[in-house]
Amino acid sequence: MSESQSPTIARAESGPVSPEPQQRRRFTARSLLSGSVGRNLGLILALAALFVVGAITAGDRFTNIDNILVIVRLASIIGVISVGMTFVIIGGGIDLSVGSVMGLASVVATLSAVQALADNSTWLVMVFTALAVGLAAGFLNGFVIAYGKVVAFMATLAMLVAARGLAEILANRTTQVVRIPEFIEFMNMDLLGIDMLIWIFVLVAVAGWILLNRTTFGRRTVAIGGNREAARLAGLAVRRHTMYLYALAGLTAGIAAVMILGRTTAGTSTHGQLYELDAIAAVVVGGTLLVGGRGTITGTVFGVLIFATLTNVFTQNNLSTSVQAVAKGVIIVVAVLLQQRFAGQGSKSH
Amino acid sequence: MSGISKNFSGVQALKNVDLEIVAGEVHCILGQNGAGKSTLIKTLAGAHVPDSGTIEWNGEQVSLHSPQDAIELGIATMYQELDVVDGLTISENIFLGHELSMGGFLRAGEANERTRRLLERLGHGDLPPSREVGTLSAANKQIVSMARALSHDTRLIIMDEPSAVLDGEEVKNLFRVVRELTNAGIAVVYITHRLEEIREIGDRITVLKDGRSTANGLDVSETPTSELIRRMTGREVENVFPPATPIPDDAPQALEVDGLSLEGVFHDVGFTVRAGEIVGLAGLVGSGRSEILETIYGARRATSGTVRANGRELRRGSVRDAVRAGIGLSPEERKSQGLLLDEPIFRNVTLSSFARFARGGFVDERRERRIAAEQIDALELRPADPDRPARTLSGGNQQKILLARWLVNRTSVLLLDEPTRGVDVGARAEIYALIRELAANGDAVVVVSSEIEEVLGLADTVLVVGDGRILTTVKSDQIDEHQVLDLVMKGTSA
Repeated sequence: MSESQSPTIARAESGPVSPEPQQRRRFTARSLLSGSVGRNLGLILALAALFVVGAITAGDRFTNIDNILVIVRLASIIGVISVGMTFVIIGGGIDLSVGSVMGLASVVATLSAVQALADNSTWLVMVFTALAVGLAAGFLNGFVIAYGKVVAFMATLAMLVAARGLAEILANRTTQVVRIPEFIEFMNMDLLGIDMLIWIFVLVAVAGWILLNRTTFGRRTVAIGGNREAARLAGLAVRRHTMYLYALAGLTAGIAAVMILGRTTAGTSTHGQLYELDAIAAVVVGGTLLVGGRGTITGTVFGVLIFATLTNVFTQNNLSTSVQAVAKGVIIVVAVLLQQRFAGQGSKSH
Repeated sequence: MSGISKNFSGVQALKNVDLEIVAGEVHCILGQNGAGKSTLIKTLAGAHVPDSGTIEWNGEQVSLHSPQDAIELGIATMYQELDVVDGLTISENIFLGHELSMGGFLRAGEANERTRRLLERLGHGDLPPSREVGTLSAANKQIVSMARALSHDTRLIIMDEPSAVLDGEEVKNLFRVVRELTNAGIAVVYITHRLEEIREIGDRITVLKDGRSTANGLDVSETPTSELIRRMTGREVENVFPPATPIPDDAPQALEVDGLSLEGVFHDVGFTVRAGEIVGLAGLVGSGRSEILETIYGARRATSGTVRANGRELRRGSVRDAVRAGIGLSPEERKSQGLLLDEPIFRNVTLSSFARFARGGFVDERRERRIAAEQIDALELRPADPDRPARTLSGGNQQKILLARWLVNRTSVLLLDEPTRGVDVGARAEIYALIRELAANGDAVVVVSSEIEEVLGLADTVLVVGDGRILTTVKSDQIDEHQVLDLVMKGTSA
């Protein structure tokens, strides 16, 4: 403190600028950018931009209704898995195993159909087997994570490897063809001009939205993801609920297995490869925080649709899948960057 | 600093605040929670950029756009939440962000040497520089934080409630260090809730209320306490502790703790609390008082002993069982253990009870909002908006959220761990009155506090805890602060 005795000196200065206009501007900016409506608005804009690009570059081939349905159908299987993934991530976890659990479920289900041969009702057995396999794998994940206290990343990575291996053993590295015409027929049926896969996706998404926003299950999920310790000390059954979250993700993998059986008419251990990454990408692009505590099903649905539309636009323009992959990567990074901006804005204001 | 204003999302946190700090002084900033203290110091530390106003440093106008700008000028900040990295050593923490290196390689030896000298200067030469910070007590972590502040060429140190995590002896050491700093010409900005500390250490005071400065640079020795309180709250606060209501003779035992032990932490703790009674646990940090509460609550699994709530024996290590039996805990760390900070007030209030208000698994948010609004009214929670995120509330109001949570859950035994930590003087009186009122309505309350005065003033019965044992059980009107301290000291040294 050599030259002066006062490091900081007060001097009269004009008063603060009127807070009014600023207040209003901030409010609008915030509600536009970080509100739940706002975040989805950004996704809607992104999707709309993709549509414009598609319409300009591919014209009628892109904009006709059949192509739109192709896009949604493309999105449907990943979409169903992503709904389950949304719950796991909001709850503060991650599930890397959904893709291979889906493959395992498809193999076991087709095998069960062969065993229960020549009965007209066997396709129901097949469907329930697929769901049960998914659910069981999910419960196992959840049990190891919640009660064994294994980090979710490692527990589900183990499941990813093991389920794929088990599927290969069971399938004996061959493709199990589904020989039940009723099932194939049902799964490829149109209802009001929209095919079954899309209906299933819509159903799962709506059910997921209700579960997250309107039920105690959803409230627990957000609470546990937001502050695990506070949830525990408030008397919530944190471990049990954590297990349920992974079971739910497993169940959606089972549903996805049924869908892919209907579309490809075959069960194989290679079904669902890398689906977990597509699902995680869709969830994150949809605005769900990877640290948990915040996220929406609507956002996830948009995330899935954005990726499916992107794929379609590229395919329509005869661009290679490698270019697609690069574009996907860019979108993910941009989405996460934007997300962090908004998250920063939210937490700064205390 | 002059004419500093700052808006956050439409809330004006600071309005035209002036602050003048002279070299070598301890300048205290006093104000209730939400008065703008934290915002003001963050502005000075470069963490916030003011919307208007100017900052002058040594007579030159400066603009601080980042904490780095402030550090380069010689302004260091010790934040209220200890900002040390547990996994690193003391010296790594101290040189974090300005590591000593040569050609990209760390000069660990030099860093350790300088760390040792810094620690010595702070009277803690006994701490080895290579020790991992995670193994230190809160008080020692603070020493590390202070050493870090001094590792730069610092002319001004901002201390945000440095005494909040300290006990008597450690506070004395802190004051000694502060005096040494000021003797060396370093200015200290000291933020606290405790008026008696200002008397002891402060030179001048700036008082904030609702984002305005209501007093600038008052001389500590010439300003009576009553005036400070008046400037801080805008009203007179006479009797902080409300009078106790007599407990009816036929009041049943609400909480019975018998032979409770947690290995390595406390042994053979036994006491009972009747409906309407307030029991206070007094003791030093590390005496096991918080752990006793957490074990009663089932957040830690007791190694032996029983807990009965309203006559029912609880399962060991089960929070859910405790909650179902009517026990509620307001944890020591409100933010990390109690609240969903980004969730609205009403969801925080109903966190323990939303399933009860739900119909067939579907939550009834309208009913939850209404019930939360009732509690907001009853507890005078501010702002009175059920949809405000908990993060934006002051410490006192966050505490009220936790009380409301258990009131909504019809809890009959309340365990309160440091209910007024980080709560300012005015709001404290409100919290005390609330706790009294709850007891008068027949709730059993157990309070843990590191402020002995608070335990004595609030409780009917006082348990003095030391070294993991209950040293004595006594009616609160039959013991004073000195006797408690005596007991605590003896118990710890024994």
